[in-house]
Amino acid sequence: MSRWLRALAIPVAVVTAWELWAQIFGIPYETLSHPSAIVVSGWTALWDGTILTATLQTFSGALLGLFIGVMIGVVLGIPLGLFPAADAVVGPSLDALRPIPAVALLPLALLIFGFGVRMEALIVAIGCLWPVLLVTITAVRNIDARLLEIGRLLELPGSVRILRIVLPATGGRIFVGIRIAAGISLALAITVEIALNPNGLGYAMVLASQGLDPALLWAELLWVGIIGWAFNRLLLGAERRWLPATIGAVHA
Amino acid sequence: MQTSYALSGGGPIHEQIPLSTASATLASLQQPILRTRGVRVAIGHGQDRLVILDSMDIDVKPGEFLCIVGPSGCGKTTLLRLFAGLLLPTEGTVLFDGRPITGPARERAMVFQDYARALLPWRTVWANVALPYEREHVPHRERRDRAYALLERMGLKDFGDYYPGQLSGGMQQRVQIARCLAQEPRILLMDEPFGALDALTRQALQDEITRLAAERETTVVFITHDLEEAIYLGDRVIALGTKPGRIVATVDVRLVRPRHQLSTREDSQFLAHRHHLFGLLVGH
Repeated sequence: MSRWLRALAIPVAVVTAWELWAQIFGIPYETLSHPSAIVVSGWTALWDGTILTATLQTFSGALLGLFIGVMIGVVLGIPLGLFPAADAVVGPSLDALRPIPAVALLPLALLIFGFGVRMEALIVAIGCLWPVLLVTITAVRNIDARLLEIGRLLELPGSVRILRIVLPATGGRIFVGIRIAAGISLALAITVEIALNPNGLGYAMVLASQGLDPALLWAELLWVGIIGWAFNRLLLGAERRWLPATIGAVHA
Repeated sequence: MQTSYALSGGGPIHEQIPLSTASATLASLQQPILRTRGVRVAIGHGQDRLVILDSMDIDVKPGEFLCIVGPSGCGKTTLLRLFAGLLLPTEGTVLFDGRPITGPARERAMVFQDYARALLPWRTVWANVALPYEREHVPHRERRDRAYALLERMGLKDFGDYYPGQLSGGMQQRVQIARCLAQEPRILLMDEPFGALDALTRQALQDEITRLAAERETTVVFITHDLEEAIYLGDRVIALGTKPGRIVATVDVRLVRPRHQLSTREDSQFLAHRHHLFGLLVGH
């Protein structure tokens, strides 16, 4: 309990000082707002559904992109980690592509898909691919050679080796890559919406800014912080629930 | 120069027979299950070329318990990896059951010294033992029953639901042996399996493995750097020398079975073998 009190001390002090300052001295209305006005604005937007709709749009782009990026990263990373010969051929090309920022592909993505969730997901997927791919390659390369030898000695089929040996041995580390990618996914989805795509939370913030409604803009910013925090907690919970003890354990 | 020493009852009588003659006699009696001819393993090129094993001619008879001793760096682990199919020779042939070994196979099981690395830490003990069944379409229930039957044989039936990390070293090594038995091998390749265990556990497992091998009529190739262990366990002991790894001597051990930790080790033949091999290994 006291832990929560200590953690909340600074936010409460800042908000109180901010509110008092605004009430007594006044503030530039076009950039800042009263905390009370922000709460009212956020509450309204929450209840009339605009924030929730925007959140749904942002998350569909972010999650779809994250899913695609993680899948490609893991599926590509395992063979590249297992076979140095494959990495020698594919690796340099990947290294050449990696420095291109995902957002630099925005105009191209727009040409391919037009506005909408697919274009957003494409950018997110490319941004999420790299951390997952790199972490997977390194994790697979560092599996104890003995474990892979046991797979060979028992003449286990490739699929069994990957499901029962490679993935459980690397799951914890790959999950770190997935959590990094999850942070990137939300950031990229909102970036795409602010820059180009008329959808989701990013676009809602652009509208609030252009409509000179700082209270709503601040409320939306706070909301993005809250869902980002919740998303990370959700992934941490999933990691604790499924890794590393139970992946590959025989329950079937 | 390769020599073969045979000891018969009644005292340390060294009969020196050229190996070629001895193996010719053996071959006429029984087809070897494992045979190497002119095997040479080398790594590197040119100046850096290093010969690890040279002119290895070994025949292993079916059902035989063959021990290979040698100082560290003599290539005994390399030799075992050749038998397992994890490594292919630079020159020469390695035949299993008359066919060249081209890679690992389930009929040849390998027991590693470092049991902790050889078990999957995220699988329970019984699921580790059941790992070889993953390629068969065996129902879950049956896998579990079969794994537990082997665990019971190894005296571990109460530990099936633990994780390997929760077990002592000796128990983990028993789990690894149980998993090797689950693959129903025709030959057990053991790489200093008891080297990391305390003396009492080691002796218990020595007697255990002797019984298991006899019971299942499994051929065993057992690598150790412990002379006494080699003589105590083996029907035959091959001593390797270093630089490059090569056969220094072959000794037939005709100590009666079942052997006993105290009386066998005090037997005059046992001591004679020990003196003889000790002289060979240390004298080099």
